[in-house]
Amino acid sequence: MTDKHAVVDFATDWDHTDPEWVNDPYPIWEDLRLRCPVAHTDRYGGAWFPASHAGVSKVAKDTDTFTSRAVVIGNGRPTEEDLPAPIGLAPPITSDPPFHQIARKLILPAFAPRPINALEPQIRALCNALLDEVVGEEIVNASQSYARLIPPAVIRQMLGFPEADTEKFIEMVHVIVEAIDLPEEERIEQFVPVEEYFTRQIEEHQANPRDDLTTFLLNAEIGGEKLAVEHVFGTMVLILVAGIDTTWSAVGASLWHLAQNPEDLARLVHEPELMTVAIEEFLRFYAPVTMARLVKQDVEYLGCPMKEYDWILLGFPAANRDPVVFKDADKFIIDRAENRHVAFGLGIHRCIGSNLARLELRVAIEEFIQRYPKFELANRNDVTWSQGQIRGPRNLPLRILA
Amino acid sequence: MKVVIDGDICQGQGRCFSIAPSLFDFDDLGNGVVLGDGTLSAETLELARLAQANCPEHAIFIVESS
Ligand code: HEM
Ligand code: SF4
Repeated sequence: MTDKHAVVDFATDWDHTDPEWVNDPYPIWEDLRLRCPVAHTDRYGGAWFPASHAGVSKVAKDTDTFTSRAVVIGNGRPTEEDLPAPIGLAPPITSDPPFHQIARKLILPAFAPRPINALEPQIRALCNALLDEVVGEEIVNASQSYARLIPPAVIRQMLGFPEADTEKFIEMVHVIVEAIDLPEEERIEQFVPVEEYFTRQIEEHQANPRDDLTTFLLNAEIGGEKLAVEHVFGTMVLILVAGIDTTWSAVGASLWHLAQNPEDLARLVHEPELMTVAIEEFLRFYAPVTMARLVKQDVEYLGCPMKEYDWILLGFPAANRDPVVFKDADKFIIDRAENRHVAFGLGIHRCIGSNLARLELRVAIEEFIQRYPKFELANRNDVTWSQGQIRGPRNLPLRILA
Repeated sequence: MKVVIDGDICQGQGRCFSIAPSLFDFDDLGNGVVLGDGTLSAETLELARLAQANCPEHAIFIVESS
């Protein structure tokens, strides 16, 4: 978007794609919390941004006033065609009550701790295989050659798609994840080969059911009826879109932190029992996900005159830095004992993949630091961050130290 | 003292059973459940408080045993 003007005041004209926000949003949010806890912008057809934990929490839990029919901020105000209510494009993330709970309960069992924890050995083997690929290299792009490749390979396995298709699958997933911001027509075009591949996989699973997520979805029922193939397909796409960029970003940001904080790295190497609490602090401090809501109808809320179909951006990462809720909120404390962070959201849309995300994040960091107990940023200026509602490093060249 | 989870508030964030597996477990949907009747000793009270302080949904309550 070349015609965009730079932001002068984030309180009255914020833009989450502004380079300043993309590179380092934390000082912006801190400033907003102090002087304007609910920022506004006329961009995107009109949008609000609560910067405090209280504001984020109130909106996330209030499904009467706000709808999830669109959760990614588009170029302007949404039209009715953009909002296929009440189920939404990608249930359950785009669904509101009461349908939301039905669509959510359907997939929750597949992501509960027991089935997810069983994946640990495979994820560990995968991380090791990726590290073997770059063995001996002095500089490793930990985002492109490591973090990026873990989540899609895990989901490929969960869906029960052929192992030989791993590379192809990863390419496809990145098409989907990137296409999500494209205009409708281009998105449909990009989706064609993906749709063909998924349809073939679904048919293959219908012929040969087995113990995997695809078969689980094909057998799932709502009110005694099997799901339509489109629902199965939509849920698969949601799992890809929700599970890949996000986890990639969390692994990348954690390694970015360790590359610059040798004392934290050394503690994790020498006190592996810290890992469980450290993971929660990585998630708090570098929470990658921000999600949007739409205002259902004109309302005075958090002291602001909100209009029907104004956007409201839920800054879970900003809430995680609010000093009202977190002691020394702006400090990364690797053994922080009390940590009520909201990286996975709050309320009924709480991340379904949180058990999986935590497992991937923990194993990815454990294996990386086991292999490379010392590393640093190769060149600070080569690190780039994604733009948009998922934030994480997209290039992360690390120098491996002896 | 007793620890209880309010099932209407819990969203299965999973912090309680990761911090205090001796006090909490999870159901098939991944929501938190209290093991046994939730009665706390002096030591497990500390642990229950820690789990409570980490539940993002504020779904954990420590109450007088009746
Ligand atoms: C570190 C990694 C991740 C983070 C930080 C994250 C964060 C989030 C957040 C904040 C939400 C709430 C969205 C909202 O309120 O509108 C959410 C929802 C969701 N996430 Fe994740 N996520 C991660 C990984 C995953 C993974 C690995 C999967 C699955 C494979 C997944 C699947 C979902 C689904 C299906 C929802 C929708 C739940 C609903 O609407 O009921 N996520 N995630
Ligand atoms: S930590 Fe809270 S929300 Fe999470 S499972 Fe336990 S009680 Fe439920």
